[in-house]
Amino acid sequence: MAEIKRIATRQAYGETLAKLGAEYPGLVVMDADLSKSTKTDLFQKAFPERHINCGIAESNMMAAAAGIALTGKIVFASTFAMFAAGRAFEQVRTSIGYTHANVKIGATHAGLSVGEDGATHQCCEDIALMRTIPGMTVISPADAVEARAAVRAAAAYKGPVYLRFGRLPVPVVFNEGDYVFTIGKGYPLREGHDVTLAATGLMVEQALVAADLLAGEGIHARVLDIPTIKPIDDDLLAAAARETGAIVTAEEHNIIGGLGGAVCESVSASCPVPVLRVGVEDTFGRSGPALEVLRYYGLTAEHLVEKAKAAIALKTR
Amino acid sequence: MEEQRRAELAQKALQIRKYVIEEVYAAQSGHPGGSLSIADVVAYLYFHELHIDPSRPDWEDRDRFVLSKGHCVPAVYAALAMKGFFPVDWLRGFRHIDSPLQGHPNMLDVAGLDMSTGSLGQGISAACGMALSAKIFGKAYRTYAILGDGELEEGEVWEAAMFAAHYKLDNLVAFVDFNGLQIDGCVEDVMSPLPIAGKFREFGWHVLEIGAHDFDAIDAAYTLAKTVQDKPTIIVARSVKGKGVSFMEDMAAWHGTAPNKEQYEQAMKELGEAQAKLEAGY
Repeated sequence: MAEIKRIATRQAYGETLAKLGAEYPGLVVMDADLSKSTKTDLFQKAFPERHINCGIAESNMMAAAAGIALTGKIVFASTFAMFAAGRAFEQVRTSIGYTHANVKIGATHAGLSVGEDGATHQCCEDIALMRTIPGMTVISPADAVEARAAVRAAAAYKGPVYLRFGRLPVPVVFNEGDYVFTIGKGYPLREGHDVTLAATGLMVEQALVAADLLAGEGIHARVLDIPTIKPIDDDLLAAAARETGAIVTAEEHNIIGGLGGAVCESVSASCPVPVLRVGVEDTFGRSGPALEVLRYYGLTAEHLVEKAKAAIALKTR
Repeated sequence: MEEQRRAELAQKALQIRKYVIEEVYAAQSGHPGGSLSIADVVAYLYFHELHIDPSRPDWEDRDRFVLSKGHCVPAVYAALAMKGFFPVDWLRGFRHIDSPLQGHPNMLDVAGLDMSTGSLGQGISAACGMALSAKIFGKAYRTYAILGDGELEEGEVWEAAMFAAHYKLDNLVAFVDFNGLQIDGCVEDVMSPLPIAGKFREFGWHVLEIGAHDFDAIDAAYTLAKTVQDKPTIIVARSVKGKGVSFMEDMAAWHGTAPNKEQYEQAMKELGEAQAKLEAGY
């Protein structure tokens, strides 16, 4: 088997921003003293006059981003997910959300895979927080290819978007050449009729591995990649619920309020079926190498296999 | 400032005060105290200073105005109506369910508003963004903001203060409505932001201290601000909360209370008499 290429989605974010700078003369990037970590330094090198370092002051950054955007510009405001969605929640909600400002929140270091920094920096609440803001689009790319496409789509879209990126290099699962991204669309990656594995972010790769493991046992799992958590692809989920009868969600986020919550809300209104959620089970993270932390909290293909079987057992038909 | 111009602005300010009382009375809700204390500077900005055009509220090169103390929007709604951004009879709908005039300003509902505010501290940050955008993209418009003195207790204001000085936003003028009172009492007793001028000076702003109800001083301050280079300007203006209505003046209780019928009539009578007196004097 060929060596799997690993790229962090934050890297794809920074590289794409640097390209977009030339395509959008009215594009401004803001950061809060984390330019090297969020990778907005790549934009800074190319377009220093349009890169604004706000210092360690995320609240001001978000409201100032709204101010710039409301003069007719596109702003990408970046910091770690914890500080973008958490610390500056109300600035995002009121100054960006309420005004429907054209601000893209490029949040990096989301989820447990921050690793050694531990719970203070492992944001597993951001999808839930951002999803509750009216008019906010929430995107969580699975790999570098999807991340690049999502950043481009966000720049072309008029209105606030929350983009969730990771620190950890993750396998590239999509082909750059044939990958097409549309905001609000989910993508079937594997066909199957026994159960659906709906995953987002770095859990998409685990869902594919889980599907292989299940196939070895004669269980055919459908795998869905759900990059846009809001607005979620209701039609795709309804079809999956109808055709497979059970769903397991997978995310690097609290099982409350994230993808799992969004899928439950969606299918409960269209085609109620058992939904089991794999994610962080309403607890805080802890320090450790990223892959060990993910394993510690059960964010593995093996755990997905276990949940898939449990979900199938819950089917009534 | 010419005497005639000063008298005109004083009339505008009295009219704004009357509308403030009408709005809050009709809503039986709202913030009369702070709206009355900023009436003079709002009159000055809308009828003398701001380059805006009611027929083109989205004009790209217009001056920007952000009411960071969003709860005092009755004064701004009054000015916008008087400028012709929307019909004056909308004012009676303030805070009503079917009205675009929300309790705190919503820029998507009302032409002429440049920002939605109400959560204290955020407006000044947004104003910084507007001013910085002009710097980056070579625009000549200026950005104006009004803050409350109690609002200075919000940490975000000081993040914005650093930001504006760091990026040398000399196209930004902030005005602090220093009436000394907030909901729970005197700002000095609740959580003192004093000395206001000294703090901003140390943060790298050009600081001017004036009386908030003196049009000559307001005019001199905004005129001087245009000559300041490489620094944002802040005008710390000592004001009287509830200014213009005898029983509301200097009373924290009138921060967020609506007048009853008797109080409404008394307030309108006082303001009407002030208008008549001004008219006669002029």
